[in-house]
Amino acid sequence: MIEAPVFEMQAISKSFPGVRALHEVSFACGKGEVHALCGENGAGKSTLIKILSGVYRPDSGAVLIDGTEQHFGHPQEALLAGISVIYQEFSLLPERSVAQNLFLGREPLRNGLIDNRAMIAETRRVLELFGVRHGIAPETLVADLDVASQQMVEIAKAISLNAKVIVMDEPTAALNEAECDVLFALVDRLRASGTAIVYITHRMREVARIADRVTVLKDGEVTARFDQVPAPEMIVRAMVGRDISEYYPDPAKPDEIGADILTVSGGANHAVHDIDLTLRAGEIVGFAGLQGAGRTALAMALFGALPFTSGRVTIDGQHMDIKTPRDAIRAGIGMLPGDRKASGLVLMQSVRDNGMLTARSFARLLGGNGANRFIDLSGMDALLDRMRVRAPSYEQEMRFLSGGNQQKAIVARWLALKPKVLIFIEPTRGIDVDAKASIYHLMRDLARAGTAVMMVSSDLPEILGASDRILVMRDGRIVGEFGRSASEAELMLAATGEAAEVAA
Amino acid sequence: MTEQSLSRPETRKRRLPQINPVYVLVVALILAIIVMNPAFGEPTGYMNFLKRVAALAILSAGALYVIVSGGFDLSVGSIMTLTVIGSSMLASNDPNSTYWIIPLMLGIGLVIGLVNGLVVSYLKVPSLIATLGMMITLNGVAFMWSGGAPRGYLPDTFRFFGRYNITDVPLIGILPIAVICLVVFGATLWWGMHRTNFGRMLHAAGDNPQAARLAGVPVQRVRISAFVVSALTAVLAGIILGGRAGVSVNIGSGFELQAITAAVIGGAQLLGGRGSVPAAIAGALALEAIFTLLNLLGLAQPVRLVVQGLILIGAVAFATYQRKRAGR
Amino acid sequence: MTEISQNRAPRRFRFERHASTLLLLAAIALYVILLLALGQVRFLTLDNLVAILGRSITLGITAIGQTFAILVASIDLSVASVISAAAVVTSVMMNGDPAMMVPAIAAVLALGAAIGLVNGLVITKLEVNPLIATLGMSLIIQGVLSYYYNNFAGNVPVEFQIFAYGAWGIVPYSLLFMFALAGLAWFVLRFTRFGSDIYSVGGNKDAARLAGIKTARVVIGAHVICSLCAAIAGIYLASRLRSGAPWIGAEGVYDLESIAVVVIGGTVLAGGRGGIWGTMAGVIIFSLIDSIFNVAGVDAFVKQVLRGIIIVAAVAFYAARSQRPVA
Repeated sequence: MIEAPVFEMQAISKSFPGVRALHEVSFACGKGEVHALCGENGAGKSTLIKILSGVYRPDSGAVLIDGTEQHFGHPQEALLAGISVIYQEFSLLPERSVAQNLFLGREPLRNGLIDNRAMIAETRRVLELFGVRHGIAPETLVADLDVASQQMVEIAKAISLNAKVIVMDEPTAALNEAECDVLFALVDRLRASGTAIVYITHRMREVARIADRVTVLKDGEVTARFDQVPAPEMIVRAMVGRDISEYYPDPAKPDEIGADILTVSGGANHAVHDIDLTLRAGEIVGFAGLQGAGRTALAMALFGALPFTSGRVTIDGQHMDIKTPRDAIRAGIGMLPGDRKASGLVLMQSVRDNGMLTARSFARLLGGNGANRFIDLSGMDALLDRMRVRAPSYEQEMRFLSGGNQQKAIVARWLALKPKVLIFIEPTRGIDVDAKASIYHLMRDLARAGTAVMMVSSDLPEILGASDRILVMRDGRIVGEFGRSASEAELMLAATGEAAEVAA
Repeated sequence: MTEQSLSRPETRKRRLPQINPVYVLVVALILAIIVMNPAFGEPTGYMNFLKRVAALAILSAGALYVIVSGGFDLSVGSIMTLTVIGSSMLASNDPNSTYWIIPLMLGIGLVIGLVNGLVVSYLKVPSLIATLGMMITLNGVAFMWSGGAPRGYLPDTFRFFGRYNITDVPLIGILPIAVICLVVFGATLWWGMHRTNFGRMLHAAGDNPQAARLAGVPVQRVRISAFVVSALTAVLAGIILGGRAGVSVNIGSGFELQAITAAVIGGAQLLGGRGSVPAAIAGALALEAIFTLLNLLGLAQPVRLVVQGLILIGAVAFATYQRKRAGR
Repeated sequence: MTEISQNRAPRRFRFERHASTLLLLAAIALYVILLLALGQVRFLTLDNLVAILGRSITLGITAIGQTFAILVASIDLSVASVISAAAVVTSVMMNGDPAMMVPAIAAVLALGAAIGLVNGLVITKLEVNPLIATLGMSLIIQGVLSYYYNNFAGNVPVEFQIFAYGAWGIVPYSLLFMFALAGLAWFVLRFTRFGSDIYSVGGNKDAARLAGIKTARVVIGAHVICSLCAAIAGIYLASRLRSGAPWIGAEGVYDLESIAVVVIGGTVLAGGRGGIWGTMAGVIIFSLIDSIFNVAGVDAFVKQVLRGIIIVAAVAFYAARSQRPVA
C-alpha cells in the first residue's frame, strides 16, 4: 500500500439522538485493494458507508477523495465523485431491462433520443467483464434474473459509472456457493483493474478469500486493523470481544425450567426445513444465525404468519393446527416483530390502544373498549406502569415514544393475554443501552412466571447474555445447539458453516 | 434515559384535548350566516338547517368508517339513489308498505356493503375503483328498475323521517324527525367508532394493517364491516333524503364526494388510522353552512362544486402540511 | 421478512405480461362465436370491425393520457370533466365559424395543459393524494362549467365535423388519428429520456431520485400529457356530437373506463410497468364487449350494470394475484 489511498476518512464521528454511532473512525482504501470492513450489527458499518456515499454528513472528521476534501450534500455528488455503493436492498427497477437499469437517469442520447443501441452495446461491454459464461442479455428484464444476476447488474452499474470505489454491503447474503464464486472472481477482476473495494461482511471465509486488509468496528470505534488477513478467530474476537455486561439478569436455575410447552417435529415450509424444536416453561431460548438463515421465518411459521406446510406442532401436548396469527394467539403464542414500525405498532394510536389491541381483538366485537375478559383500562395502565413505559400520558400517540418504550408497550400487549409462548424478534434493535437492560429483565421475569420465551437475535452478546439455551440456524435448518457458556466464536462459526474448517 | 421510574404526577393520563379546528369553523360559519340572515338564529331557521344537513351528516359519519379503515367508498351516493328509486317503485302508493320496504332496503344495503368489502379485501381491488364500479352498477340498476323515469311516489309513512316536524315543542318550537334521526344514528355511529372494540380495531387496521394482523386483529373482517356500515348509513341517509326531497333519478349523485369532504374537513386521515365521528358530522355541518352562505351571497348552485373541490384539496394539503411540521 | 421474498423462482412464465393479449384474443373469439351462434355472419366484415373501433375513439384518446398518469404511479380522475370542458369550449368558441377552428383548438389544448399542470403541482408540491387532488379538480371544473352552461352550447362548423365523420376509404380519420397518437405516445415512452424517467419514477421513486432524476417534474409532465389527451378527446367528442354539453364526459364515465382499460392493458396501478399497446388492446376489448352487448340486444341500463361489474372484475383479474393488501 505504497500508493496514496483513493479515499480516506479521517476521524469521523457521528451521533444520532441518543446514540453515538461513530467515534473518531478512520478508514481508507487504496487503488486495487479489497478492504474488508467487519463488525456486528449496530457496530457502525452502515453509518460509516452512508457518510462515504453522501447520505449522512459527519458531525466531525473529513472525507478525502484522491487527497481532496469533499463535502457531499447529496448521494448524487458522491456518485459523480466515483463512489458507488451496492446496498443489500437493490435499487434496481425490476420491470426495466438490464441496460435501462444500468443507465438509469443518464441514458445516452443521440439527436435528442435515447440511443438504445449505444446503451445495449455499453451494457454488453461492461457485462463481458464478468466473463462470457455468465452472459446476461442487456435486454433481459431485471425481474427475470435470479438474485445473483441482479447483484451482477448492481455491480455492472457501478462499473459503468467508472466508480473508483465500490462498496459492497454483505453482497453474498443472498447468494449460494456457486454464485459466491462468480462474485469473488469478479471482485478479483475489479481489483486487478485498479478499483478500490470496500467489502462488508461477517463471514470469515470470505474475508480470507478476497480481502487484502481488514478493519474491525465495534460500538462505533475501530477495534482492530490487520494489514494481512489474520486467522478468523482474531477477527471474531475483535468484533465481539466486549464484556458481557452485568445488565443481563441471572440465567434460569435448573429447577426453574419446567415442562415442555411447545414442540415442533418435522416442521417445514418453503423457507425452513426439518425443524425439531422444544420450548420449555421458564426457559429463554436464543436463536442465532446470519441474515436469511431462517430464524425470522421460523418465528413467523410458529406464529402462523407464514405457516408450516408440513410437520406437527403441539402446545401442552395437544396438537395444534396453526394457520393464521389468530390461531397462534388462541393457542397461547405471542410474537413481538423485529421491525416494530412496519409490523408491530399502530403509530397513530395511543400507547394504551397499542397495549389493548390484542385483547380487544379477541373480545366481543361490539363490547365496550374499556374492558374485556382479559384486561381493562386501569389494568393496562397498571401493566404499563409496571413496565415503566415512559410517556407524558398513555393517551400520547405511539409515534412520539422512544424505541425502548414502544417495545415495552408491545410487551404489555401480550402480557395482557398471558401467553404460554412469547417470541421476541430482535427485541433490542434500535433501543438504547439502558432500555435494553429492562427488556432483558422483562424477558427473564416472564420466564420465571412460567412462559416459554423464544428470542431471535442477530446480536451475539445478547444471545449469550440473555438465553438459557442457544440454537443456531443456517439455510433454514437448525444446525447447532449450545449452552449459554458457548463462545461467540463458536456460534459465529456454526452460523457460517465453518465449524469444521476451523476445527481441522 | 434512565428507566428508573420517576414518581409520576397524577395528571399524566390526561392531556389537554386540542380543540379540533372544525368546531371553530362551524361556529364561525353559523355566526356569519346569522349576521347575514338573522332569521337563521330563530329555532325554525336552525332546525330547518339541521334537517337539511341530516342526511349528509349521517352519511359522513358512515363514510368515516371506511376512511378510518384505509379506503374510500364512492358507492354511497348511488346507494341513496337506489334506496329512493327502489322504495318508490315498491311502495306503489301503499302507506303500509313502508314497514317492509325499509328493512328490505337495509338488507340490500347490507349486501352491497358486503360485496364492496369482499371485492376490496379478497380480490384486492383498490377500494376507489371497486366502489366506483359499484356506483356505475347501482346507478344502472336504479335506472333499470325505474325504466328511466321514476313512476309513483313515496308514501307519507316513508317520508315521515325526512319531512315531518314535531311542532309546539317547548323552547325550540319545531323538532324535525330528521334531526332526531341524526342524533340517534350519530350517537350510534359515535359509539361504534369510539367506544367498542370494533372501533379500535378499525383504527388499527387502517393505521398499519400488517401490524394489526400480527396483533391478532381480523383485518379482512374489520374492513368488510366498515363497508357494510357505510352502505347501511347510505340507506338511512337515502330514506331521510327521499323523505325531504322526493323522488328523482339522480337524487344521490354527488353525495359520495360531499361525505368524503365532510370527513376530511373533520380531520379524518385519508388512507386510514384516524377520524372522529362528531368531527365528521361537524364537517358536514360546515360544508352545508358554506353552501348556505353561498346561497345567501346569491351565488349559483354550481359554485358549490368549485368551493367543495377547493375545500377537499385544501383540507388534505393542510393536513399534510401539519403532519410534516409535527415531524411525522 | 426479506429473507422469504428472495426465494422466488427466476424466469417463470409471467402471466401478467401476456394477459392483455390473451384477453383480447378471448374477446375476439367470444364475439365471433356469438355472431356465428346467432347466425349474424353479416357482422363479420372489415367495415364492421372499423365501426366497432370507431366507437371508442374518445375512450382511446383519454386512455392514452391516463396510461402516462398511471405509469408514473399517479392517477387522474378529472379526465371526464376535462373532456366536458374541452367539448364545450370547442363548440362555444367555434360557434359555427370555420375561421375559429384553429384558435379554439389552441385554446382548448392550452386549457388542458394548464389543468394538468395544476394537478401535477398539487400532487407533487402540496403532496395531496392524487385521487383526492384530481377528484377535487374534477369538482372545480364541473362547477365552473355548469355555472355557465347547463345544456348543449354553441356548435361546431361542418368543416370541423370532418374530424369525426371524415374517412379515408373505410377508415375514419379519427381512428387513424387515435392510432397516430398512440404511436406518438409509444415513441415518447420508448425513445425519449422523459419516457424512460416515467417508468423509473413509477417503478421506484427513491431509486429514481438517487439517480438524479427530478421526480416532481416527471409526475407533472405525465399529468400535463394526461389532461392534454383528455382535452383532445373532448375536441373529438364536440366534433362528433356537433356541439358540447357539460355532462358528456361524466355520462361516458371516461374517468373510470380509462383507468379500467389501462389496467386491462396490463399497466399496473402501482406504476412503472405497462405500455400504450396494452392500453389500446384494452380499448379494443371494451369496444368488443360493447358490440357483443349490442348484437345480443342487451338493454341500455343492463349494459351499464354489466359494465360496472366488468370493470371491477377486470381490475380484480390483475389485482387478486398481488399479495399486498390494498386501501
